[in-house]
Amino acid sequence: MEKFETYTGIGVPLRRSNVDTDQIIPAVYLKRITKTGFEDALFAAWRNDPDFVLNQPAYASGSVLFAGPDFGTGSSREHAVWALRDYGFQAVFSSKFADIFRGNSGKQGLVTGIVSDEDIERIWQALEANPGTSATVNLVEKTVSVGDIRVDFEIDEYTRWRLLEGLDDIGLTLRDEKSITDFEAKRESWRPKTLPAKGA
Amino acid sequence: MSTPLTLAEKVWNDHLVVKGENGSPDLLYIDLHLVHEVTSPQAFDGLRLAGRPVRRPDLTIATEDHNTPTWDIDKPIADITSRTQIHALRSNAEEFGIRIHSLGDIEQGIVHVVGPQLGLTMPGITVVCGDSHTSTHGAFGALAMGIGTSEVEHVLATQTLPLKPFKTMAINVEGTLRPGVTAKDIILAVIAKIGTGGGQGYVLEYRGSAIRALSMEARMTICNMSIEAGARAGMVAPDQITFDYLKGRPHAPEGADWDAAVAFWKTLPTDEGATFDAEVNLDANTLDPFVTWGTNPGQGVSLLDVVPNPVDIADPNERAAAERALEYMDLTPGTKLKDIRVDTVFLGSCTNSRIEDLRAAAEIIKGRTKADGVRMMVVPGSARVRLQAEAEGLDKVFKDFGAEWRFAGCSMCLGMNPDQLAPGERAASTSNRNFEGRQGKGSRTHLVSPLVAAATAIRGTLSSPADVEEGN
Ligand code: SF4
Repeated sequence: MEKFETYTGIGVPLRRSNVDTDQIIPAVYLKRITKTGFEDALFAAWRNDPDFVLNQPAYASGSVLFAGPDFGTGSSREHAVWALRDYGFQAVFSSKFADIFRGNSGKQGLVTGIVSDEDIERIWQALEANPGTSATVNLVEKTVSVGDIRVDFEIDEYTRWRLLEGLDDIGLTLRDEKSITDFEAKRESWRPKTLPAKGA
Repeated sequence: MSTPLTLAEKVWNDHLVVKGENGSPDLLYIDLHLVHEVTSPQAFDGLRLAGRPVRRPDLTIATEDHNTPTWDIDKPIADITSRTQIHALRSNAEEFGIRIHSLGDIEQGIVHVVGPQLGLTMPGITVVCGDSHTSTHGAFGALAMGIGTSEVEHVLATQTLPLKPFKTMAINVEGTLRPGVTAKDIILAVIAKIGTGGGQGYVLEYRGSAIRALSMEARMTICNMSIEAGARAGMVAPDQITFDYLKGRPHAPEGADWDAAVAFWKTLPTDEGATFDAEVNLDANTLDPFVTWGTNPGQGVSLLDVVPNPVDIADPNERAAAERALEYMDLTPGTKLKDIRVDTVFLGSCTNSRIEDLRAAAEIIKGRTKADGVRMMVVPGSARVRLQAEAEGLDKVFKDFGAEWRFAGCSMCLGMNPDQLAPGERAASTSNRNFEGRQGKGSRTHLVSPLVAAATAIRGTLSSPADVEEGN
């Protein structure tokens, strides 16, 4: 996972609340065997609507999402985060996130920042006044700016630390790699080994 | 003297890489990682995405089982999802340097049959697999747990797993089983007693004279279904029966390693005076063959009994569950279990598809005829089991009887391949789950032992071997 400190990309105003994970990625896409390539699945149902925000050229390559309250509710599918990430989103802002979605996001390097509804509204207006405007996320200072609007966001300290350090679950464990290697050095020779294969 | 410890605690402590502090989990080393096609593709993809290798391909082994056909195994797999998963496993194994036993390979089979058979599963080790019935391997005194796909990726990358400590429960089974009563009946009775959530948060240790008397195959049957009681794992302390089973298997330790291993394994059984967080007792002397009547493995009774009446169940949730189950199973309270007619008998699954299970069933059906209209499917747990059975002439016994003699795999246990029940069809099945739709949409499953399965195929209704002896 990449370290996340600051990031600048096109801001996308998603004027909807209660965006559940079924909307983020419908169940039919869960049959796949990959962990990537879900960009086409993101908001799949809404993307049939020509007026949907991501169908507007100015926002099509957006990467910072500003959504209404209660983002990521519903099923715990990790695919919701994969789809956002695969599309190119680096950060999502809302006044309220579902816990599981936030947890999953932190693990995959997607920033989920909490901003008040009033600030979201101001940012929506700014983005809609000038479609294609970029947003700058500063995780060190916990601020997000669009044009001359600059607001503070909240994110739990542990997740922020992981994102700043670029640590997913595995990365976190690999910080203890020395202990793992030491443990392996002491592993008795009678313990199972699958290679070289015997018996076939 | 140090604090007396249980078997599970000893194995846990022996694998601590980092002790968790302030409520964070312990980091445990994993000795053996078993992989199959259903829960691994996204784990491998995650590795690829992050540019990570598999840390220990030499502690990892893959086999194809859940999706594999048990007929025409030389033909392409028709179902696209199945085929895709199997091909993904093959290419992932190649890319990451993992040993794989594919369909048609002599070592292919259900992952929980293959590990023990190769001598890879041994006492005192930690085993994980992206499959809940990994608990099977606990029969050797290993700490064996099912894990999810993101944990599979974690183990592939680090050979460790962050785990929260567990509680321990002793299941004491004392006495001698009567003829016709088996390990399957013990575990069905245990689950009926403690419920499908009774083991939640616990590692179960099966103890007592009845357990000590069981073969390794039988102990695996019991540990296999620990998960159906909601437990994290199930274990049996290693003893001479364990050592004898392992000795000489392809991956069992040899020479000085063997001696060192046995010396260590002998230190594993629970210490005198160690305390369990909970204890459950079961009398083996009075146990009957057990069968399920409902749609979870805890809804079981003695085969001599009748279908229970929900009005007699005090707990309102359980009563409602029983009512729903009876409706789904199309059963009337008060019906004798032995009067229930089945369409299909399935002998197979990681619970009961080992050579001993096939021998026991063959013994009963030999020289007898199958009931009219009953279909019997025999699916060995591995290609090796199939070969062994053929060497002993068991295939012929099954075929003469009119049973289908199939190739190895999970098959009708979960019906991911074409081996399914039709809607409304009823089966006596030696597998481990009788959930709604588990063996096909609308399927009705009665979980039974291999002995009951065989007797049922002869009489057409749920039956014990004793019923067959009596000449119907
Ligand atoms: S036989 Fe059934 S329970 Fe066992 S691994 Fe296969 S599907 Fe799972």
